[in-house]
Amino acid sequence: MSDAAVSPQSKPKPSVLTIFLTFLEIGAISFGGGVVAYLRDGLVRKKRWFDDVEFLEMTSISNTLPGLNATNMAILAGDRLAGWLGATLALVGMCLPAFIFMTLAGMVYSESHARPLATAALRGVAAAATGLIAATWFKIGRKSLRGFYDAFFVMAAILGVNYFKWGVPITLLAVGALAIFHYRPHRGHETRAQEEEEWISSLH
Amino acid sequence: MDQLSPLARVFAYLSLLTIGGGMAAFPEMKVLIVDVHHWLTADQLTHVYSTGQMSPGPNMMMVAEVGYLVSGVLGAVVCALAFFLPTGLLTFGVGRLWKRLEHWPWRSSIEKGLGAVAIGLAVAGLITFGRTAITFKPSMIAGWITLILAVLTFFAVVRTKVNPVFFILGGAVVGFFALR
Repeated sequence: MSDAAVSPQSKPKPSVLTIFLTFLEIGAISFGGGVVAYLRDGLVRKKRWFDDVEFLEMTSISNTLPGLNATNMAILAGDRLAGWLGATLALVGMCLPAFIFMTLAGMVYSESHARPLATAALRGVAAAATGLIAATWFKIGRKSLRGFYDAFFVMAAILGVNYFKWGVPITLLAVGALAIFHYRPHRGHETRAQEEEEWISSLH
Repeated sequence: MDQLSPLARVFAYLSLLTIGGGMAAFPEMKVLIVDVHHWLTADQLTHVYSTGQMSPGPNMMMVAEVGYLVSGVLGAVVCALAFFLPTGLLTFGVGRLWKRLEHWPWRSSIEKGLGAVAIGLAVAGLITFGRTAITFKPSMIAGWITLILAVLTFFAVVRTKVNPVFFILGGAVVGFFALR
């Protein structure tokens, strides 16, 4: 039991209001993408609601499932802190600032999209966003892709969508099934602990 | 008003394709929004998606702007709910099952396999996106400016720790003056 004194489980669970406000704050300040890093900073480092192992487990669930990391993580963390109500409030908190931002952007855009200046600015944003998204995935790929087969699955997905025009669902099902089969249980691969360490170090 | 139910259906469907992030769903989103339903032009969709990169929180909340442009505030609410609720329920359920799946050997197979496919789908989405973002169609000069902007942003994000939102805003400033 003495170990439990330092583990997050032994702390009193935060109130649902605190959960909502914490995720609202992260949802409002996490500019520039990479919400997972903001979440780790808030939930693990500042609030100490989770340790790195629990946090990593949640990121691997949210990476594996459809849905965005930001919202999947909010749901998983909220549920662990305060059940379904915690999950709901964490999700709403995470999404509310972005919802307001994007709805206001829609109002501005529908007023001004005929104006060439706004369109010009957005052309610049689109070009920069292309570079940003490429950089984000380059960094993820550099850390997580290994060997010929991973490169093959990446190429197959790209060709499936952009060259063979199979569409995203078919490509996802076909290449996904192939990749999962390739990594089927009996094959020996790196230990989980090693991967976990790499993932944690990749966050900052 | 009559667009609300197709909006809900399209965005609920798209949300299921967001393995590893929103970019994976972009090619399918473009087909449905631009070609099938004619809600936006390809350029408009690129603008709205780019605006999402300036937003805090989940960047894919750009679906709310699509909803707003098609059906007003109600459209924004419908798109956000349709996009975030189905996958949210799935995550909630699997999150609770996960502990029990701890010793299920296929769990790590799925994680590793989908990890590689998610990167491929994101790059595929990015290629689709980049084709409208970096275009030499209106003028060669605009094409070169957008290309250089994308390349500079790429290296700036990979090499520095500066918050990327500043590069995005920098892109807006460059666009404002140079891409008229």
